[in-house]
Amino acid sequence: MRRRTLGTALLAAAALTTTTLTSCSSGEGSGDSGGEAQTLTYWASNQGTSLDNDKEILTPELEKFTQQTGIEVELEVIPWDSLLNRILSATTSGEAPDVLNIGNTWSASLQATGAFLPFEDEQYEAIGGKDKFLQSSLSSTGAEGEPPTSVPLYGLAYGLFYNKQMFADAGVQPPTTWAQLVDAAKRLTDPATGTYGMTVAGASYTENAHFAFMFGKQNGAEFFDDSGEPTFTEEGNVAGLKQYLDLMASDQVVSPSAAEHPTTNDMIGDFTSGKAAMFMGQNNSAATIESNGMTGEQYGVIPIPILDPLPSGGQRVNSHVAGINMSVFADSDNTEGALQLVEFMTNKEEQVVLNQKFGSLPVTEEASSDPAFQTENLKIFNSVLADTAAALPMIPNESQFETTVGQAMQDLFGRIATGQSVGEAEITEALEGAQEQMASGA
Amino acid sequence: MATTTSTPGVVAGRRPPRRPRSVLAPRWLPYALLAPALLFELLVHIVPMVTGIYISTLKLNQFFVRRWLEAPSAGIDNFSVALNFDGAIGSSLLRSFGVTFAFTVATLAFSWALGMFAAVLLQRDFRGRALLRTLFLIPYALPVYAGVITWKFMLGRDNGMVNALLGDLGITDGDTFWLLGGNAFASTVVVAVWRLWPFAFLTLMAGLQSIPNDVYEAAAVDGAGLWQQFRSFTLPMLRPVNQVLLLVLFLWSFNDFNVPYILFGQSVPASADLISIHVYQSSFITWNFGVGSAMSVLLLLVLLVITAVYLPLTNRRLRDA
Repeated sequence: MRRRTLGTALLAAAALTTTTLTSCSSGEGSGDSGGEAQTLTYWASNQGTSLDNDKEILTPELEKFTQQTGIEVELEVIPWDSLLNRILSATTSGEAPDVLNIGNTWSASLQATGAFLPFEDEQYEAIGGKDKFLQSSLSSTGAEGEPPTSVPLYGLAYGLFYNKQMFADAGVQPPTTWAQLVDAAKRLTDPATGTYGMTVAGASYTENAHFAFMFGKQNGAEFFDDSGEPTFTEEGNVAGLKQYLDLMASDQVVSPSAAEHPTTNDMIGDFTSGKAAMFMGQNNSAATIESNGMTGEQYGVIPIPILDPLPSGGQRVNSHVAGINMSVFADSDNTEGALQLVEFMTNKEEQVVLNQKFGSLPVTEEASSDPAFQTENLKIFNSVLADTAAALPMIPNESQFETTVGQAMQDLFGRIATGQSVGEAEITEALEGAQEQMASGA
Repeated sequence: MATTTSTPGVVAGRRPPRRPRSVLAPRWLPYALLAPALLFELLVHIVPMVTGIYISTLKLNQFFVRRWLEAPSAGIDNFSVALNFDGAIGSSLLRSFGVTFAFTVATLAFSWALGMFAAVLLQRDFRGRALLRTLFLIPYALPVYAGVITWKFMLGRDNGMVNALLGDLGITDGDTFWLLGGNAFASTVVVAVWRLWPFAFLTLMAGLQSIPNDVYEAAAVDGAGLWQQFRSFTLPMLRPVNQVLLLVLFLWSFNDFNVPYILFGQSVPASADLISIHVYQSSFITWNFGVGSAMSVLLLLVLLVITAVYLPLTNRRLRDA
């Protein structure tokens, strides 16, 4: 009897533990790549105001595609916080979609897995030629010297959104330097009434990592050296993180609640409900702002103000070359159909329709010149992309830079929000931890 | 989870046993009948476990996830990374083990105490007993996700019900972060206990039914009070039940993935960094499945040791009693 109990219990213990193991190797449900060859599975990223909104926008367009080609498309929209993991699970299991969206900064990381179809001349030809894309958009499609494994789909850049009425009420002018921004934010902050000068998505690792990159650059630092080795703890990176985190910590112009915001939509919610006068977001934020009931006249957009004077070695960078790319899984049993879908999504008509609805920028020459994209706000984002945006390093470790540094910052925001002091020492320690974590996976 | 909670089968009706003739039951029949169960056991438990152990010896990163069988061997490197307590990875693993032990002890203690209290309370027949029993079991019957996501909303800082209630009552200023910083630990324990105590209640209630009423009547006649009855009869007679219950509760809490994952999503505050989610994060943040699996194997070993020590120890006491 005793032996049996022991044996059973050991087995139970072992079995319970393996649930952890298996949860690492198998993803939640994933698209079905099998079935009839005339059906494609497409994973879209969350570009609209909600997952449903994305579906509403994409479904009629994909129906057009079906009419033109006879190929059905099964659509799934995946939120940002799980997109990378879903792609990874799909890569491991082979239960992958045919076509999918990726954050363009992950291009080289996902390329390294070998899961995506490389775009050589033949593939480019199938989607209408390499030349139709904008040069800046092509800069974030894969590692240098290798055929890229993704093509641009939507173009994005960062800008500062501000509430015109709140600025007027406080007698504040749109800032042109970082010091002016902090100063303006302080004048707009009144914790007693729950209004703050600025808001952030403190629990979004992707957002955090983007700001780490741009403020690190302003402070003269890089997260990777020329040979691709991580240099997270460089002085300038610590200063860059501090510049961003201090908005909540020492400047106190961001509500501690923002440490719990996992998505940019939470941040935009603060802005449109009047709880915050400014936020730094990508151009597609406009769609969410307006669907929340704020009109185009009520808010303004300017480039994110840069440190002035710049610290030594600092660069005038206030955005990364942001955007969404499209990739085709190498294992797709309908590569031809998949490329047809990529062609469709990047043709002039769809580029105009989709980018307009999502508030993003076209990635092809033809569509860019469409009058729909000549608005004042979009011109600002275009100028940011052209003049003060830098591409995140196109190296295999890039996505791990985003996850490790982004999550470390999320933790730091949590500590600031709960009243712990976060200074240079704590930031350096966090970056050291992030770098060690990343090194272990390299 | 549910697979291990099946209640013992009902005793079959009593009929005089008929001696089976060997012609009707060939020697291989029992094995054939067992085969499907063994096969599934192999598929569901043994194969993934062995795979996990194998992965822990591989250098399995982004370059090999697609064809992980071709990943180069890492020898014991993954284990030395995980066990290097001077490094960031090892020290955070150690801290996570510590947090998990504290969480497990707290969850176990509260779940058991609440379960025991409710089971004893409902031992006597009174009006509304069935209703209370059903009510108590609701958290256990609810899908984990639905239950815990509701807690997540309730514990939010800005629009959470907990803060609204405490603020209105004047107990706090209504600005507390329940899911960040040190409070996250308490929140996780509360939610885990809420999930788990009905199971303790159910098991103990079943155990109590097997204690004959005469024992209590005799004790009452001899003048034993309620507390004395509880200590002298109820507890000792529940010992076999408790032995299994505590072990199961321990293992479940120690491995709890759902509660912290649903409450915190991608980033777990240090105070609530439970081991199973720590392993998950270590694997996915850096796509380093080798180290993640090595951590899982270490966790497996710890649980095996604990179980191996616990059962003989309690069995001996059970026999001595």
